[in-house]
Formats: sequence, C-alpha cells, structure tokens
Amino acid sequence: MALGSYTGKGARPVRNAPTRVLLHAIAILLAAAYLVPLAVVLLNSVRSAEEIAQTSMIGWPLAWAWGNYATAWSDFCIAQTCTGIQPYMLNSALVTVPATILSTLLGAVAGYAISLWRFPGHAWIFGLVTLGVFLPEQMRLIPWTIVLRDVGLSNTLTGLVAIHTIQGLSFTTLFCRNYYLSIPQDLIKAAKIDGAGFFRIFARIVLPLSPPILIVSTIWQFTGIWNEFLYGVTFTTGTQQPITAALIALTAAVADAPQYGVQSAAVVLAALPTLLVYLFGGRYFVRGLTAGAVK
Amino acid sequence: MAALAIRDVRKRFGTTEVLKGVGLEIENGEFTVIVGPSGCGKSTLLNIIAGLEKPTSGTVEIGGRIVDDVAPKDRDIAMVFQSYALYPSMTVRQNIVFGMECRNVPKPQRAEALARVARLLQIEPLLDRKPAQLSGGQRQRVAMGRALVRDPLLFLFDEPLSNLDAKLRVEMRMEIKQLHHRIGSTMVYVTHDQIEAMTMATRIAVMHQGEVQQFADPDTVYNRPANLFVAGFMGAPPMNIFSARVEATPNGVQATIGQGENAVALALPDTCKPHAGRAVMLGLRPDCIAEEHRRFGADAAGLTIEAPVEMSEPTGAETIVVLRIGGERALARVSPDTRPAAGSRARFSLDMRRVCLFDPGTGMLIA
Repeated sequence: MALGSYTGKGARPVRNAPTRVLLHAIAILLAAAYLVPLAVVLLNSVRSAEEIAQTSMIGWPLAWAWGNYATAWSDFCIAQTCTGIQPYMLNSALVTVPATILSTLLGAVAGYAISLWRFPGHAWIFGLVTLGVFLPEQMRLIPWTIVLRDVGLSNTLTGLVAIHTIQGLSFTTLFCRNYYLSIPQDLIKAAKIDGAGFFRIFARIVLPLSPPILIVSTIWQFTGIWNEFLYGVTFTTGTQQPITAALIALTAAVADAPQYGVQSAAVVLAALPTLLVYLFGGRYFVRGLTAGAVK
Repeated sequence: MAALAIRDVRKRFGTTEVLKGVGLEIENGEFTVIVGPSGCGKSTLLNIIAGLEKPTSGTVEIGGRIVDDVAPKDRDIAMVFQSYALYPSMTVRQNIVFGMECRNVPKPQRAEALARVARLLQIEPLLDRKPAQLSGGQRQRVAMGRALVRDPLLFLFDEPLSNLDAKLRVEMRMEIKQLHHRIGSTMVYVTHDQIEAMTMATRIAVMHQGEVQQFADPDTVYNRPANLFVAGFMGAPPMNIFSARVEATPNGVQATIGQGENAVALALPDTCKPHAGRAVMLGLRPDCIAEEHRRFGADAAGLTIEAPVEMSEPTGAETIVVLRIGGERALARVSPDTRPAAGSRARFSLDMRRVCLFDPGTGMLIA
C-alpha cells in the first residue's frame, strides 16, 4: 500500500491572460487579509511598548526591540508570578505530548479493532465513539468537572491529559478506522491462521502500514490540544495553567500601560510549536488524509 | 479416516442462505477441487473449514477431530489466498517464518524449514525482498511457501491462480499438481475455473446456489454429469442439450430431436430402453460430434448424420463447428483441417455411447 499521490481533478486551466491576472489578484488579496493579524503580531513583538503607545498599533518597528522575547519568555509577570511564559509553555508541553501520543495510539488500536475485527456490535461502538466528534465542548464541561473532582484530578495537568486523551479518541478512532478499511481482510485472516493474536497482528502487520494516518492523527491532536483554551482555563488555575489560558491572564494582569510588545512576543512564542508542526508536517497531513481515499 | 469431513453445514447471512446443507468427506492425500460460479458459496465453505467464519449449523471434522470450537491457528491447516495476503511490511523471509515465530518454533528449526521451502519453490534469491518488489508469479510462490513451511493436515487454496495471467496460470497449475504428487498432503482447492478443476483434482465438488451438485472424480463429472447444471458448467464449450423423445423401435431404442421435416432420429444405447416413451433432455458433448470419418472407440460402424452448418471457428488445434441437429443449435469439435463452409450441409460422426439423458422436470441425470 503505497502512499497515494493526490490526483484530484482541478478546474480547467484558465487560458485567458486578463482573467488569470484577476484571479491571482483576488487570491493574493485574500491571502494578505488572512496574514494581516500574523503580520501585526510579528511586527509588534519587536516594538517597544512606548513606541506602540506613541505611534499606532500597526506600524513598522522604528527600533528593533528583540528584548521583548527574552522578557516574555522568562521575566514577565503573570498573575503576580514573574516567571514569563516559560513554565506555562512547559505545562502545555506536558499536557500536549502525552495526550497526543496516548490518544493516537489508543485510537489506532480502537480503529483497528472496529475496522478489521468486526466483532458483534462494532458498528454501534463506532457510532458512539464518533458521536464525540459532534458534541460541543461546552456541553462536556460539567460532566468533566464532576469526573475530575471524583477522581481527584481537579486543577492538575494529569486531569487535562485525561480529558484530551479521551476526547481525542473520537477523532483518532475515526481517522484510523477509515484508513484501516483499506487494509485487505485477507491479511488478518492469513495472520490468524499463522497463529497471531489481536496485538501481534496489530504490532507486526497493521502498525507498520500506519505511518501516514499516525502522522495525520498526531498533527491533528497536537495542534488541537496545544491550542485548546476552554478546558485549560476552566479546570486549572495559577501555575497549573497551559499557555493558552496563561496568555489571557497575561493580558488581563496589566493594569497600567498595556505591554503590547511583550504580549505579542508571548503570543508568537506560544504559537511557535503548532506553526513548526504545520511547516514540517503539513504536506504529510494532506497526503495522509488522501492516502486511504485514492489508494 | 477422512482427513476432512463436512456434515450438513449451513450458513445464513441475514435472510440469504449461502450454504444449504453441505456435506463432503475427503480422504487423506486427496486433491479436492470445489468449483462453481461466483456466489455459489464455495469461498464461504472454505472460510468455514478454516475457522474464519462460523457456520449457522453443521459440523466440520479435520483429521477425525471436531473443530467447530477450535480457533483457525489450532486447526492444523494452512491457507493460500487469492490476494496472496503477503504481509506488506515484511520481507519474504519474515513472511514465511511468521507462522513459526507465532508458534515459538526454535530458531534453528525455523531456518531449516525456511531453507527447505525456499529450495522446493526456488525462491532463495527472493528471501530479502518485500512483496511489493515481486512479480505476480513470485508472490504466488511466496504465498505457497508460507503454507508449505508448516506441515499441516490440510492445505486450503482460495482461487490462488486467478490473479495471474493466462500463461503463468497454466505453469503454476502444473506446479501445484506436481507439488501435490511430491508431498502427498490433503488439499482443498476452490476455483471458478473448470479447467483447473478438471486438470488438478482427484475429486471435484461442483457447487451451485449453496449446494453440492456433484462430488466425483473428474471423468465422472465430465462424462456423467449429475444434472443439467453440471453438464452446462463443466467443459468448454459446454455439453449440447436437446429436447428429445425416446422411442422403442424394432431396430432398437432411438431419440428423436426436432419436429416434422427437421426431425433427426439418433440410435441410443440399449441402456436407455427403460425410458422409452418419455420426453427427455439429451446431452452430447461437443467432442462426441466430429467429422464424418472419425471412428470413436473400437466399433467401426459409427452413427453419421447430415446437418446444416452455421459457422466454423478454427482454433488451431481443432475446429469448432456450429451446426443444427433437428433444428436445435449444437457445437462440434472436428479435426483442424475440416472447415465446412457456413450455409453448407456436411456429414458428422456421432459418439452415442457417451450420450446423457436428463429428466426435463428435475434436470437430474437418468441414463
């Protein structure tokens, strides 16, 4: 099963030159509009607070204030603790990395069981698991509050790992199950006759075929969990907060002059991991999503 | 002791009954081919033998042991799949030893078995390749190797040659047959190809609509098909079937095909006498109709008839002639240099010793 190359039929190439220029102009305009917030944040991250206050929120830096990054990383005060965003970045990593690995691996096992073992009721189980994809997260807040309280994981990173692992299963199971449907049933039959059991077939036959979908799942989960805000801000306080929640505290804590420069630098640093994942993994993401479909 | 006994196996998927009470007893060392058109239930039956599917009712016995509640791996079987089902991420070597690895066979023994099979199938140069780097025929060999590396009571083959091109298929067919001669194991082979069935089997089970229509050696299946389905399915081109009347005359029993001036009377063997006065379906293989001067068997005085020719198809080794007997269309296999022109009349020699009579109501062979 080779990685399928994407061979979708595009629209007919536009031969007419003026039309093509117009199309490109529109596309560039739209792209620019999408990129404006990023540009503003990037520029402000290297401008001093005074400069922003005296000129405008939008503008080219007069003096490059690279120090904003160092301040944001290790000195800036968030809710009376002046450690910068460093510990909160670590919190996010401690939640995101285990939750991504766990939800991807468990989703792979679940998808494998549902698609290739066809136990009685597999369709029902699949339906129930993927229902989670469509439940709004606000709806799940109160149940999770109760669960975290009862198992004693309120205001802990472990609690967030549990939430993201379990909720992520809906997506990862869906991804993996659909991908594994393209694995011929005969492989499983042959392995059963060879004497392999559930986990040996998974480890020796299914897992080696899985990198495309594991990459998709990992990127999806990593981005989703790192950027998640609602659970982070609801279930953790103070030093336990992930970076997304801490960023809000950082902007709220400033009573006197707004520190837009440092805040922008903090935002850029907070967005860096997912940007890097996108830059390095993006093409695998597209390829993996189409691999099962094109075959 | 039967190597494999299938007793009244039924399988239902929802409301459709795929197997309607199948029973087969296969002796040790037999090469049994289960043949039938697609959808006849032959692959389901094989999966049930392997334990990959559970029958709705009935039992399966392998080597005298009832295996209904035994897992596939413990049934002492090996199976070759139509898709080959080679593990894509493993090398040929790993594919072949995977079964032994799962069964914790000691390493020296694994290596020994691998070497034996690789030599037997001449795949030694391929051992370190991945399945994707192999041609269809090589994959087929590796799939065989994976089955042969163990020494099971029963080999199961699920249409193993149908993904190969025509030339390779004939080669592998002969190889599998030779292999069976050499190792003498019991083999059950499923195919939709009646040539494969005829050439390889010691006994053929012809299946249709979830039932075994006939279970017999290839000659019997070919010459004495149990019913009209088997007569039409086995043999290419298939058996000619005519509606006829059997009559007793002072000169012996004869069958009349057609009405009025088209009518042709054919002398029947004496064994057909009990059916005098009946309407029957008369079956005659195309190879029982030949050019005028062909002598079938020892008796010199064969039966010849004159018939209108519709078409001649030279195939090189023989000529297939489409003719009309009593107004009904029939195929004849004549010698390659006989090419009667379309629209002409020609004389043909008939081998009436091999005629089959079927009941027009039930379609069953009666004489």
